[in-house]
Amino acid sequence: MSDITAYAAPRSLDEAVSLLQAGDVTILAGGTDLTPQTKSGKLTFRPTLMNIRRVPELSGLTESGGVMRIGALTTISSLLASPLIHERFNGLWQACDHFASDQIRNAATIGGNICNASPAGDTLTPLLTLDARVVLASKPNGSIVRRTTPLGEFLTGPGRTARQPAELLEAIEIPMPPEGFFSAFFKFGTRPALDISVISIAIGAVRDGRKLTRVRIAFGAVAPTAIRAAATEAALEGRPIDAAAIDAAVAAAVNETKPVSDVRASSWYRRELVGNMLRRMLDHVANS
Amino acid sequence: MAKVSMTVNGKVVTADVDPRTLLVQFIRENLHLTGTHVGCDTSQCGACTVHVDGVAVKSCTTLAVTVDGANVTTIEGLAHGDHLHPMQEAFRENHGLQCGFCTPGMIMSAVDIVNRKGSNLDEATIRAELEGNICRCTGYHNIVKAIGDGAKAMAGHAQAAE
Repeated sequence: MSDITAYAAPRSLDEAVSLLQAGDVTILAGGTDLTPQTKSGKLTFRPTLMNIRRVPELSGLTESGGVMRIGALTTISSLLASPLIHERFNGLWQACDHFASDQIRNAATIGGNICNASPAGDTLTPLLTLDARVVLASKPNGSIVRRTTPLGEFLTGPGRTARQPAELLEAIEIPMPPEGFFSAFFKFGTRPALDISVISIAIGAVRDGRKLTRVRIAFGAVAPTAIRAAATEAALEGRPIDAAAIDAAVAAAVNETKPVSDVRASSWYRRELVGNMLRRMLDHVANS
Repeated sequence: MAKVSMTVNGKVVTADVDPRTLLVQFIRENLHLTGTHVGCDTSQCGACTVHVDGVAVKSCTTLAVTVDGANVTTIEGLAHGDHLHPMQEAFRENHGLQCGFCTPGMIMSAVDIVNRKGSNLDEATIRAELEGNICRCTGYHNIVKAIGDGAKAMAGHAQAAE
């Protein structure tokens, strides 16, 4: 274990990004990933430990101008408690409901789940189906600069993101979905709680009668990052949801996922699950 | 070193700690409150569950510095002197334990479940809500019974206090 020479608990975004600009910092929020990772040796503490929980700009859950803004520090429990998330982003709400256990949901933040960038991160697939963007703040030349990037581009590999060392994830932005939008989430693990997904699936689409448009399908734990499934989406886009469309989508999904074999499941098993569980979710859509 | 100050079981405590200090280490080693247990040390088992500002967290993945200024309740903070908390009493009455190692975490989670879900808990709800606590003896049957009874007793207690 390395030594932490300084501990900081900034009280403003400006203070936090100044500290990041100054150097080698480990960012601490909920700590639910950071602590096990530093204990296991997967991650070492940098000389400065910065606790961002007192930064007010990173909080809040607000809708304005057709955009939902979720502060990076929003806990999974707060998302679960939000009627707006439940009504408009039900797939994300379902992912939060399946997230670890209550004690961890009370501490873990959505910003942490994103920056940890696990291929199996529970909130990532529903966020991908919602066209979520991440807002990154930094202070390169004495004033705060922000950039916004789509989540799909932000996730670059297992545990890796496009976040620069001097950048802080400030918020997640989700464009409010149009009328008729629905979303759903499915996670497969060996027990319902505290399990890392063998696979996860999030779907989102606008429904007009039987026809689906703006179809978004995302898969977790089948690639180095959570991914959108372009061919699967194309098989459903603009068509009525019937047996032929579902067959085409399932075939596309199995064809376009190339999962690894690891301790949780073999590649073959994961692809079977992706196909079968996607079929179950789409059947449910077709029958409801 | 980092300075932390928090209220634990109603008492204000202040200390200089290594920033890496876990809340559970702080509670056990600095405050010598050893009722909070470390089971798996990877936030799976829930034996380390305490309440921070009224909600349950796992103290083995919480750094002490992050709860600076907070109100922490451990298993030692539930009883009033010799009077056990109704949930503790229910665990005793139902023999809601085998080896007892997971019990402090089970009781802290149980109280949290009642706080969130109310006192009228069916078995399915209790089992689902107890997802973050593992009993290695698999003694869930009596634990679930104890929580159901404890929840009712907590409601009776609250009424009596009004």
